[in-house]
Amino acid sequence: MATYLVKRFLLMLLTLIGMSIIIFVLLRMMPGNIVDIMFDSAGFVDPTEKAEIEKELGLDRPIPVQYMDWIIGLLKWDLGFSYVSEMPAADELGPRIPITAKLAVMALGFSVLFGVPLGVISAVKQDTALDYTLRVISLSGLSLPSFWLALLILMASLALFGDIPIYTDPPENLWDELLLYTIPAAAVGFRSSALIMRLTRSSMLEVLRQDYIRTARSKGASENSVNYSHALKNAFLPVTTIIGIEAAFLIGGLIITETVFNIPGVAHFLVEAILMRDYPIVQNLVMLIALIVVTVNFIVDLTYGALDPRIKYGE
Amino acid sequence: MVQIDQQAELARAGANIEGRWDAIVHFSKNFPLAVTGIVIVIVFVVMALFAELIASHDPVQTNSALSLGAPSADNIMGNDMMGRDMFARIVHGSRISLIVGVASTLLGGAIGVFIGLMSGYLLGWFDLIMQRIIDIMQALPLLVLALVMAASLGPSLENTIIAISIPLVPRVARVVRSSTLALREMPFVEAARAAGMVELRVAIRHVLPNTLAPLIVLATAQLGAAILVEASLSFLGLGVPEPHPSWGRMLSENAAEYARVAPWLVIFPGLAISLVVFGTNLLGDALRDILDPRQRG
Repeated sequence: MATYLVKRFLLMLLTLIGMSIIIFVLLRMMPGNIVDIMFDSAGFVDPTEKAEIEKELGLDRPIPVQYMDWIIGLLKWDLGFSYVSEMPAADELGPRIPITAKLAVMALGFSVLFGVPLGVISAVKQDTALDYTLRVISLSGLSLPSFWLALLILMASLALFGDIPIYTDPPENLWDELLLYTIPAAAVGFRSSALIMRLTRSSMLEVLRQDYIRTARSKGASENSVNYSHALKNAFLPVTTIIGIEAAFLIGGLIITETVFNIPGVAHFLVEAILMRDYPIVQNLVMLIALIVVTVNFIVDLTYGALDPRIKYGE
Repeated sequence: MVQIDQQAELARAGANIEGRWDAIVHFSKNFPLAVTGIVIVIVFVVMALFAELIASHDPVQTNSALSLGAPSADNIMGNDMMGRDMFARIVHGSRISLIVGVASTLLGGAIGVFIGLMSGYLLGWFDLIMQRIIDIMQALPLLVLALVMAASLGPSLENTIIAISIPLVPRVARVVRSSTLALREMPFVEAARAAGMVELRVAIRHVLPNTLAPLIVLATAQLGAAILVEASLSFLGLGVPEPHPSWGRMLSENAAEYARVAPWLVIFPGLAISLVVFGTNLLGDALRDILDPRQRG
């Protein structure tokens, strides 16, 4: 177990180092940098002034030097300064992270709350009209672009209440905040709940076919007892994996939803920073996302072992 | 005592089928969702192939008199801010959507098959390096990686395809690698090798075809994802640039300002995206049930 943990940890580190190199190179490949964009909007170009600003931002140095600078800074917990606001990147990101985190937690809660029970019902009632309806709904959850769903919700609310729930001022209290996040969280969570529902369903069906279920039935266990206490417990295992992975991957859906609802979270900020070529923001944010993904994967692996004693770690 | 209706059982198993039409009817009874998916996909493919014939209007022709025009007999889906016919833009948009979706799925699939087959076959250092690269690629959500790739390559149709295809590679490579690992120990592969076949030929002739079933299932799922990512990238302004009519961009151009006055500008492009992805997803599910009955659910 200890060797497995060490090995996993080293692999995670390797993945993160690789990611840092790739993201750094990709960003420097982008056509134009912040200085070009600034001068484009100013409308005229004075090459000496441009070179001066580039020098000030350190963009004129060789890429490996810039990279080492960033990594050494990261190790000292110095994320650099945003090119756009000239504020420390940590101060720019700090207040935005909790907003996205709250949204993600709500979306995940929403998707588990709907996905798991509906998946179980769909499996228990396999091949009935109810099952077909739920399957079509879950498939449409995977098909609707979340931004369109968000737009439809905004339009519907405009038509019904004459008002749209987009972010204007920071909410005053927790209740207001929850209310404001409910709709975007539901728009993002619809997709994950569809995924979770489909997986719960197929996992339940797989378990319901097994011998011990037949044994339980033949012993006269009630239908409910078989479905919910015998089967669900074992069917839940693969579902935990997908819930974990979705937790990390929700950020993809949030990018668009935060943009549509004008929520000042990190996901929306990432797009803005990419468009402005704000390298320090983009590279640190991408590293944060990668860190979350690999950590979640690691935790999921460990939970798997805790839930299923048959799984042993290490070769 | 349970009565078994022999005729019904026979019919369900597909006995007494005569001719192609009977077979189609039988298939659609057994797989209603699959047939729905196939029909939806065919409709969009036809739309993409014959866009000029189906839409009488020019998708890029502007007309200030018709700006934000409501749906009418002549412009059944209304007009956008610049007076362009929405129906024509939607029909032509299917071309962009399908080209980007299919091309990036194929490109990502081809790279993934190559990596997976080589990894599972050669093992050793090649496999080790490839596995680490795939780990890195999987450390970012699909859309985030595609977003950064699209931004660094710059906006064009080809670059959008590349940006979407790369994040699709890891899953294909994983699937192909694991089936290759299982297959290379199979007796028929051993036999081919014993018969003196060159390794490369063994890999392509005997191993690859047997990885196809899970691959096709994965590819259809990825096609839907690729179409959604294209729409998302274009929505964020990092996808397919003008003058190509992209559904995702239509939504972003129109959504913010005109949702109040011209809801059709928001409804139709989104409906098109959802329908085509829904169709491919239905098709993917059906293919999974047919090609890989163990996963049937």
